Amino acid sequence: MGRVFVITGSGKGIGREMALHYLAQGNVVAGCSRGEPSIVDKNYTHFQLDVADEKAVVAMVRTVRKSHGVIDVLLNNAGIAAMNHLATTPMQTLQKVFATNVFGSFIFLREVAKVMMRAKTGRIVNFSTVAVPLRLEGETVYGASKAAIEHLTRVAARELGSSGITVNAVGPAPVDTDLVRSVPPEKIDALIARQAVRRFGTFADVIQVVDFFIDPRSSFVTGQVLYLGGAG
Amino acid sequence: MKEKILSIIYAALNDASEELGKPELARPGPETHLYGRKGHLDSLALVNLLADVEQRVADDLGKAIVLADERAMSQKRSPFATAGTLADYIELLLSEG
Ligand SMILES: NC(=O)c1ccc[n+]([C@@H]2O[C@H](COP(=O)([O-])OP(=O)(O)OC[C@H]3O[C@@H](n4cnc5c(N)ncnc54)[C@H](OP(=O)(O)O)[C@@H]3O)[C@@H](O)[C@H]2O)c1
Repeated sequence: MGRVFVITGSGKGIGREMALHYLAQGNVVAGCSRGEPSIVDKNYTHFQLDVADEKAVVAMVRTVRKSHGVIDVLLNNAGIAAMNHLATTPMQTLQKVFATNVFGSFIFLREVAKVMMRAKTGRIVNFSTVAVPLRLEGETVYGASKAAIEHLTRVAARELGSSGITVNAVGPAPVDTDLVRSVPPEKIDALIARQAVRRFGTFADVIQVVDFFIDPRSSFVTGQVLYLGGAG
Repeated sequence: MKEKILSIIYAALNDASEELGKPELARPGPETHLYGRKGHLDSLALVNLLADVEQRVADDLGKAIVLADERAMSQKRSPFATAGTLADYIELLLSEG
């Protein structure tokens, strides 16, 4: 029998590919993004919302639980980036990046954890980035928001461990999506040069890590952050 | 409404009583102590109870509430002290829509 997934930011990029992958395996997926759905599948439901909108997220999680009884997996993927020197970073950038990356991840973590706590089992994967261990210049705000997510991951793993819920994070190296297309190519090249394996990451690379974290046999793996490409 | 909310809390306490092996929670009333000085629940058990109550409120009353409200954490008299104070607090949240 398939499992019930909640995948945030499933409109495009990594989130969309993960949704398609888990749907193809016969799972049920509830996804969300601010934009229109880009997946048509009888086992897919799209919620058009902003992950930082607490009321909308509470309503979505409640709807998913009512329809399926449980939520087995949360992939907290929705995220936005910002490239800027700190000296020229406006306050609005901080507010936007933290609202989506930190507040959004937290609200989903909290709401889904409550459903999983009743079931005494669950798998949660958050999304960091290699920009954290590489201390990438020009990404202070984005990196800080992802560092916050790493801390949420480690502490949540402890708070939820006794409820049978694991919480881990994957830190992708650059994957060719809209998120990195706005970054100047020479910056990306310099970043890739700092990896142990010097190439772009693929969707399959990310899914490989997620598959491992959400495997029912990975019940002893929690509070970990795994970076791709040998960065960090 | 208060009675309906209390019955939801009692149902959740019944489950908790079994799970925690605490028979004193099996026949709860408005005065049953939950959390605090005389409380029957430790912080983790309280968190589990609140998650359970939220979901029962959503199922039985069709309303999504979040009990982790700023006020709940800062009120002098904690709304989580007894089943009765928790019911009052939920009634307040529901009245705010
Ligand atoms: N691509 C990379 O190289 C890379 C590297 C490291 C880490 N990551 C992380 O991987 C995750 C996915 O990145 P990606 O490359 O797939 O990005 P992407 O192609 O830009 O897709 C992001 C998805 O998130 C949604 N989203 C963004 N803000 C949202 C909000 N406030 N509320 C709801 N949905 C929102 C977007 O849809 P809408 O715009 O319609 O809302 C979109 O569906 C992010 O957390 C990112 O930080 C990516």
